[in-house]
Amino acid sequence: MTTSQGTIAFPQPSPTGIVRWLTTTNHKDIGILYMTTAFFFFLIGGIEALTMRLQLGAPENNLLTAQAYNQVFTMHGTTMIFLFAMPLLVGFGNYLVPLMIGARDMAFPRLNALSYWLLLAGGLVLYSSFALGGAPAAGWFAYAPLTTSQYSPTHGMDFWALGILLAGIGSTVGAINFIVTILNMRAPGMRLLRMPQFVWQMLVTAFLMVFAIPSLTVDAILLFLQRNFGAVFFSATQGGSVLLWQHLFWFFGHPEVYILILPAFGIISEIVPAFSKKPIFGYAALVYAGIAIGFLGFTVWAHHMFAVGMSPLADAVFSLDSMIIAVPTSIKIFNWIATLWGGKLNLKAPLLFAAGFIALFIIGGFSGISLATVPIDFQVEDTFFVVGHFHYVLFGGTVFALFGGFYYWLPKITGRLLSEKLARWHFGLMFVGMNLTYFPMYILGLSGMPRRVFTYSMAQGWGTLNLISTIGAFTIATSVLIFLINFFTSQRKGEKAGNDPWDGQSLEWTVSSPPPAYNFAHIPVVSSRRPFWDQKYPPAGSQPAARVEVEKFSGERLSEGSFWPIIVALGLFIAAFGMIFSFWVVIPGVAVVFYGIIGWFREHF
Amino acid sequence: MTGRKLAGFTIGLLGTFCLAGCSGTSSILFPASPNARATAQLFNFVFIIEAIVFVIVEAALIYAVIHFSRKQGSGLPKQIEGNLTLEIIWTVIPSIILALIFFVSLGTLRTVTSSPPPSSLASAPIQVKVIGHQWFWEFDYPDLNIVTANQLVVPINTLVNIDVQSVDVIHSYWVPELGGKIDAIPGITNQTRFQAEKIGTFTGQCAEFCGADHAQMRLTVVVKTHEEYAAWVKSQQAPVPLLSGDASLGEQVFMNGACIGCHTIDGTKAQGKVGPNLTHFASRDLFAGSILANTPDNLNQWLADPQAIKMGSLMPNLHLPGNNIQLLVSFLESLK
Repeated sequence: MTTSQGTIAFPQPSPTGIVRWLTTTNHKDIGILYMTTAFFFFLIGGIEALTMRLQLGAPENNLLTAQAYNQVFTMHGTTMIFLFAMPLLVGFGNYLVPLMIGARDMAFPRLNALSYWLLLAGGLVLYSSFALGGAPAAGWFAYAPLTTSQYSPTHGMDFWALGILLAGIGSTVGAINFIVTILNMRAPGMRLLRMPQFVWQMLVTAFLMVFAIPSLTVDAILLFLQRNFGAVFFSATQGGSVLLWQHLFWFFGHPEVYILILPAFGIISEIVPAFSKKPIFGYAALVYAGIAIGFLGFTVWAHHMFAVGMSPLADAVFSLDSMIIAVPTSIKIFNWIATLWGGKLNLKAPLLFAAGFIALFIIGGFSGISLATVPIDFQVEDTFFVVGHFHYVLFGGTVFALFGGFYYWLPKITGRLLSEKLARWHFGLMFVGMNLTYFPMYILGLSGMPRRVFTYSMAQGWGTLNLISTIGAFTIATSVLIFLINFFTSQRKGEKAGNDPWDGQSLEWTVSSPPPAYNFAHIPVVSSRRPFWDQKYPPAGSQPAARVEVEKFSGERLSEGSFWPIIVALGLFIAAFGMIFSFWVVIPGVAVVFYGIIGWFREHF
Repeated sequence: MTGRKLAGFTIGLLGTFCLAGCSGTSSILFPASPNARATAQLFNFVFIIEAIVFVIVEAALIYAVIHFSRKQGSGLPKQIEGNLTLEIIWTVIPSIILALIFFVSLGTLRTVTSSPPPSSLASAPIQVKVIGHQWFWEFDYPDLNIVTANQLVVPINTLVNIDVQSVDVIHSYWVPELGGKIDAIPGITNQTRFQAEKIGTFTGQCAEFCGADHAQMRLTVVVKTHEEYAAWVKSQQAPVPLLSGDASLGEQVFMNGACIGCHTIDGTKAQGKVGPNLTHFASRDLFAGSILANTPDNLNQWLADPQAIKMGSLMPNLHLPGNNIQLLVSFLESLK
């Protein structure tokens, strides 16, 4: 049955220019805000990385003092995790999830906007520390008691705690938004086991966020109370526990790394089948593996703490759990390779990055198995071996997946294809550069080089490998530059993408590039895992594909945005500075928050 | 084409790295103790398994990418959704491999976290306290009444039982060639142990970020023969010798100055506990967190401006006049 409605012309959202961006509640706009902001922080974190690599490129170097270096490595880690990787993945999620499930927006559009503004607020609070007494300098995981005011007397750690708190609130409410949206707003016929893989991984990730971030939130609050109100949670001599910080932190910290990788797995699971012209191999296995990884991720936190002196039995239990997680992870890898196998591969940039992801993630994963082996960890924990491990999985993994996702979906977002030639240069230099940068780190760790050291002596013999690593880092930087050139030139003169440049399989490819504000003129009705593919290539022996459209747009008013989310975020931003410098300033901050919340609820949205 | 070239390049690079990096001081792969040896063997075992699986899986990936991107006929490839048998195989086999690794590691874990049976020991064990400070290591021998810093002197083939503590923030005691690390945590006493199998000097370093000069908090373990060790103990227990000339004048500068607020010299009025114990300072090869060789020149530079060498160090620049510094150097170098 086909209706003959034709396309309905909807009004465009009326605010334009900067007012549009400040008040938007549209998931695509918010996705773009997230992606742009996150990429900007990627560049900042990258400059911090290059600075560190310049300092470490030669023994006994004096480009940076110890204090400066310690601030740089702290900000590098904090930026890359909280201000780049998480927000960029959430940005992809924001843009794509409603499109992929056949919805018009997220369940809570204003809450969605608030999540973004809190991310920006958190990032600004954190970075203002450089100008206001010094950045935090105790590492991105900020172990007590080094972070107490006795050993970290500047305000740096307060900026860290409040930046994390603001961004954390944003992520937590964002995760709730994703869960409600995915569970409630799928198009008719899209059962859970028909959702795209990327949506599944975002769902598991959202649950991880909801249960993990509060642990960090509590930890940061305890630290803030100890630093500023005389609390003794982490004081050994006054009935507190130094290790309390680590347990609460890593209970968040380990699920956090799965938060950083599961959406990336989802991106790979979208690219590989599309560019193999086949279904993803083992759809259900991938879903269950993702759920298993998410769940098991909560049981392994103390593998970051093997050397603190826990009993060998406790060490062994966490070691076993950490090894078990390798099973669902390897299931995913085999399923991806099986998807490629027998396919008709379209070896374009998205697939190059996806293949690079698989190749590099395997290496990172193996070093993870070595780290999960307790006696080995006793030797290489807190050395550059660990730094090599997590950069293989986070750079070779997450970053490669993100660039694959960019080459895949930027044409949908912007309407223009990127240059394939520049993309290949980007891929080649980034792949080579990444191995040059991070493989020597494994060897440096085995050779005794601890991490978070601003220098090392000539006698220690680490100079050559460090120099190679530095050269690799600048190779990566060159490749990123090529990407930026590609992006900006393609916006001006790139080939028009059309709605389906890659012969896609899922719903986002059924709409124009860029999509209209309302996404779908008619909410699609779904009857398989690959609704668009099956429409283009009906499976043999099935009924001819009928575009059954039951639900028509009933004319509900599309939101034109709201300025209450940015006001609430602004209030919290002001209150944060008040918490650090003067509690009198907290009062107007909280007042603005209440003003925003009241306006929010009174608004007819 | 791209894939093959990249694969070859990577393999060539790996070879170069291994040659470049498998030497040098303080490598975990050049063990000098039974525990370090057991760990190195475990590392090699796990690495070999990983290398085999790596070659197989990466080969499959590279083959798939190269072979199935070649020009094929028109039409879609076979739209295979999955295969339960394959799923089971590639769930069971990794599980078996990981279980193997885990159970083998349990043996090594038991070895490195427990003391060898007393009957297996060639000589009586010695007891040492390792205390982490920002930013140096203190070594106490409670049974011998010896307090020293930067260098841990032990006899060969002797079980050294260690209590590890910290007076300020979390540090981590680590000498790679002698064994794994253990954190020094304020409020907790952790225990570890090692037996050195070779004569020599082994370098270690603090392995938990502990503030500004974390990178400059090194230590050495000096392994001596039993006779040399006994002689060392005797000289460490001897009182400060009678001094004359510049050394004696230097002693007066020391005792009348700010030094005694932070440093201890046994048997004198210098009983400060903030900085390292200096009683037999001249018997040590390194100082200042083991980053400087113990030479009069280096000592001169350090006393002239410690902050220039180790910014953030708890030893302030006392702006000592030049000739006082020379006297102090004479004094300190006489403390054998």
